Amino acid sequence: MKLTELPDARGHFGPYGGVFVAETLMAPIEELRLAYEKYMQDPDFLAELDADLQHYVGRPSPIYHAERLSRELGGAQVYLKREDLNHTGAHKVNNTIGQALLARRMGKTRIIAETGAGQHGVATATVAARLGLECVVYMGEVDAARQEANVYRMRLLGAEVRTVSSGSRTLKDALNEAMRDWVANVDDTFYIIGTVAGPHPYPAMVRDFQAVIGREAREQIQVMTGRLPDALIACVGGGSNAIGLFYPFLEDEQVAIYGVEAGGEGLETGRHAAPLCAGRPGVLHGNRTYLMEDADGQIIETHSISAGLDYPGVGPEHAWLKDCGRAQYVAVTDEEALDAFHRLTRTEGIIPALESSHAIAQAIKLAPQMDRDAILLVNLSGRGDKDMHTVAAREGLKL
Amino acid sequence: MSRIENRFAALRAQGRTALIPFITAGDPRKEDTVPLMHTLVARGADILELGVPFSDPMADGPVIQRASERALVHHTSLHDVLEMVRAFRETDADTPVVLMGYLNPIEVMGYEDFAEAAAEAGVDGVLTVDIPPEEGAELLAALRARHIDPIYLLAPTSTPERIRSLTASASGFVYYVSLKGVTGAGNLDLEAVRAKLGEIRAVTELPVGVGFGIKDAATARAMGEIADAVVVGSAIVSLVERHASDPEAIREAVGCLVGEMRQAMDAG
Repeated sequence: MKLTELPDARGHFGPYGGVFVAETLMAPIEELRLAYEKYMQDPDFLAELDADLQHYVGRPSPIYHAERLSRELGGAQVYLKREDLNHTGAHKVNNTIGQALLARRMGKTRIIAETGAGQHGVATATVAARLGLECVVYMGEVDAARQEANVYRMRLLGAEVRTVSSGSRTLKDALNEAMRDWVANVDDTFYIIGTVAGPHPYPAMVRDFQAVIGREAREQIQVMTGRLPDALIACVGGGSNAIGLFYPFLEDEQVAIYGVEAGGEGLETGRHAAPLCAGRPGVLHGNRTYLMEDADGQIIETHSISAGLDYPGVGPEHAWLKDCGRAQYVAVTDEEALDAFHRLTRTEGIIPALESSHAIAQAIKLAPQMDRDAILLVNLSGRGDKDMHTVAAREGLKL
Repeated sequence: MSRIENRFAALRAQGRTALIPFITAGDPRKEDTVPLMHTLVARGADILELGVPFSDPMADGPVIQRASERALVHHTSLHDVLEMVRAFRETDADTPVVLMGYLNPIEVMGYEDFAEAAAEAGVDGVLTVDIPPEEGAELLAALRARHIDPIYLLAPTSTPERIRSLTASASGFVYYVSLKGVTGAGNLDLEAVRAKLGEIRAVTELPVGVGFGIKDAATARAMGEIADAVVVGSAIVSLVERHASDPEAIREAVGCLVGEMRQAMDAG
């Protein structure tokens, strides 16, 4: 089977993915799978989605040649796919628009979501406001504290933010809580998962909504440079911005693919969020994938300066791309990501999200080793405004 | 016949309903679990359900999740839980024990190794919440090869086809839970339960346990009249939580609740 034809009918990418949920969730997941399969073939639905992506999100997002940065690095030319310029400031909205329109077609009146950095929560609250849907967002207590501005933004948009104080009080616990809500309120509720994880059809569906990034980029880079890039780079938490960029290039074998995980304080310290680099396969949140776990199979706490990458699992498609060798997964530390954050800000006047700064850091490592006519295409998945407090705090400032 | 089948056959012959209390292994401390299991049996439990702690118990409510968290403070592992069953079996050869938990700890141990160790420890049934039969052929085969009963959940949203395929994979009994999904939630709607039990019994001979909304003697009695087994989880675990610092008080309070339920069910 070609990589682009995955997953199989039951949601498997090689040994990964699948549907690992309690019986109470089987019926809503089946209802969602049928609706997803139906509407992704429906020209009416796709036209509605396209119109929203153009007029509401502001697509296509441009590709930008980071000339000063490239010159400084002295190697490959770095091009940025500017998902930071989307409405709400990140790639997340591509997916929430898609799922919210699907929810409306299914007759659901209530939207729930989980969020880590708050970007997915904001993107969900945004589309819920626009479509007039009730919206509840679950967020770990720890994340809510470090992303206060996003909590306020969601409330402004009319969403109810429910903070979660169980477990490690971060993204994974918010996800657990949202699943519980869904089970209890299946009749009127649609659960918008923000990344390419969860039970089938979520990993495939979220990828399909995010693949607009790679489809545009593949065309744009050829128009600008006359050829395909030598390598793609994107950060990977759950991995939705990455798979969105990678997917339309999977069959272009000459294009190398790098996924960048959060190395936190360093892989050797154990304090990181890099399951593909340093974890092993297991089952969590409805799918089989690489996980951060202890010797007993308990999920362990992750560490990253970036709340959006602070997740102990990863999308099952990435797990398979790693195993079959199509993509390479590397880790970048908090420190390296921060350096990249400052460097892009100073050289190009673009303040990247801390998540996206991990991808920039990898470009900074790779570019000098490559020829000057080589092309690196980096997904700048979000803007850094939300991270002002985190970065300032690292420097001992309080805003 | 398995220990679970024997137990249901004996109860049926007496015209009685099974009482199945649930506790989380290692809650609040590892050393509290085996004595508490014996208390449950002494006060009238027919089958014991032992929760295997997991860091992310997605299908459980807050009460059971907190029990997992308490057990994990002391790193109660799947190995520890099997050790508890082995210790329990030293003085109780008859009461069936069902493990209830999530897949990942079993994945880490390996299906074959787990099934082997569970059989050796004296485990009779395994309910793995997050592995539907579509994904579960290997685990199922490993359990069956050791004569361990695979127990499955049924939900109000389970279609007749799903009930058929789930019960075809199951043995021992099946466990009907509320749609209000997570354990410990919801109010008892006896008529709705009765209707669904009819649907389930139309396709399977397996005994049907019902496991939600049973919080006291009266609800246990009411449910006992329509179900083959009454499963009590959150009501018991709440008592464990309330008396967490005093193991004797836990056994006293839990034993008292189970005893009252037993009496009410047998009088019903």
